[in-house]
Amino acid sequence: MKITKDKVIHVANLARLELDKASMETFANQIGRVIDYIGLLNTVKTEGVKPTTHAIFLTNAFREDEEKNHLNLKKTLSNAPEKEEEHFIVPKIIGG
Amino acid sequence: MIFESVIGLEVHAQLKTNTKIFCSCSTTFGASPNTHTCPVCLGMPGVLPVLNKKVVEYTLRMAVATHCQITPESRFARKNYFYPDLPKGYQISQYELPLAENGFIDIEINGNKKRIGITRIHMEEDAGKLSHNPAWSYSMIDFNRTGVPLIEIVSEPDMRSAEEAVAYLKQLRSLVRYLGICDGNMEEGSFRCDANVSIMPKGSQTLGTRTELKNINSFKNIEKALLFEINRQKETIHDSARIILETRLWDPEKNRTLSMRGKEEAHDYRYFPDPDLLPLVVDNQWINAIKAALPELPDEKKERFVREYSLSPYDAGILTSTRELADYFENCLKIFPRSKPVSNWITGALLGLLNAEGKPVSESPVSAQNLAALLKLIDEGTISGKIAKTVFEEMARSGKSPGEIVEEKGLVQVADFSVIEAVVSSVLDRCPNEVKAYKQGKSKLLGFFVGRVMQETGGKANPKIVNQVLKEKLES
Repeated sequence: MKITKDKVIHVANLARLELDKASMETFANQIGRVIDYIGLLNTVKTEGVKPTTHAIFLTNAFREDEEKNHLNLKKTLSNAPEKEEEHFIVPKIIGG
Repeated sequence: MIFESVIGLEVHAQLKTNTKIFCSCSTTFGASPNTHTCPVCLGMPGVLPVLNKKVVEYTLRMAVATHCQITPESRFARKNYFYPDLPKGYQISQYELPLAENGFIDIEINGNKKRIGITRIHMEEDAGKLSHNPAWSYSMIDFNRTGVPLIEIVSEPDMRSAEEAVAYLKQLRSLVRYLGICDGNMEEGSFRCDANVSIMPKGSQTLGTRTELKNINSFKNIEKALLFEINRQKETIHDSARIILETRLWDPEKNRTLSMRGKEEAHDYRYFPDPDLLPLVVDNQWINAIKAALPELPDEKKERFVREYSLSPYDAGILTSTRELADYFENCLKIFPRSKPVSNWITGALLGLLNAEGKPVSESPVSAQNLAALLKLIDEGTISGKIAKTVFEEMARSGKSPGEIVEEKGLVQVADFSVIEAVVSSVLDRCPNEVKAYKQGKSKLLGFFVGRVMQETGGKANPKIVNQVLKEKLES
């Protein structure tokens, strides 16, 4: 399947990846080949076969609605690249 | 050309469970930031989300109450997008195979019933809370809300006016509260609404291009936002311009909707089944158990009130608008079993008081027992209807029983013939001109005399006796 450069840019953008021009060509090519390979699955006859929703044949794993321990604030924030007192800090999202 | 508006609504209702949808963290509102978190809701690698059974039960209640078909085997999906309030980079939701589909609710507009289709109801997790301040160079995140269970209720584009949309939302909110699954608080965000709006020539079958309205947090704003947007679309077409498929934010301060640019690309969510969560199977036994445990719902209750208590559909509608108010009404009737006066006092004085104080009926300073006792006092002739208003106000202020207040303030009605006769005589003596005029045929002056007597007795004289004595004296 032919994957256009625009498609690669779109997908890279969705995944927040920055690509240089040269790798765009490479990826367009490779993604096309990957999709062709996966496309082999389309040759399997699946009429009358129930769609698989999960790889394991189990259903209904539940929890009761009971509160258990929380992490403490210090642990919660311990991996944060930036924090301020009780909050995670991120670059400004909206506003002037 | 005459245009018709077409509205579909997406409602997010926060479920009142104790814990989050996929982990055992508390859902209590207002905790100090980031204290109700754990590795699961923080989106740490290697954790396993496990579904809260109560979330399924609550969603099933709503599904059954809205006449939906329950999907025998439903599943969860990942909705992928990047935003700082979403720690995993995806929201666990349902996409294909939602828990419930193809239901409906009935709304009433000016006494006419209309059926609004429910496309689907699915479960998903809420995102965290971002705080922005124009003065800051950064944003702050609190993940306490991350993973709080939501149901999304998607309607068919069946509504044709802002009024119908508001009626639908009110009905939906009343339902989730009756079912005890959501507190329905729009201002606090536990009941949120997005609207899809388009217009088309009246009678047309082809829907126009729609816009999606977000950020609407009260019934009043929904009505205003829809009216604004419908009008904006009409003007756009009138100016021979094109309506663009876009998301628009409602600005309650400026009373207008504004385009949120750059959203188009973000709509590519790349949903896929979440491998961390097993398929959810709901059998008939479970559905039947939910059905059996369902409380009496607003529509049924309203019909019963009309039938059993001979109320007008309008009054029955008000009294059944919340389960608490309906219970209040029926609790009054246990003590004072006359539905008309009880209904009048609740829809008049009591709701007036609660609206003025901004309180729900559950926090009413006047209890059902006390209101019923007050009506009993009127009925027995102990106090007049006029004095009852004063007593009610005092009950609202102090929370005391009407008996106590009547006794403390000496408000017992004067029904003693000789006492009233004395006051009447004194009033007539002081108004010779009016007496003359009355005798010459100005019979309307009777009201004037009654007023004076009432004034003299502090409103306590029995009006029937006052009338009787006055007529006797004036016509003798």
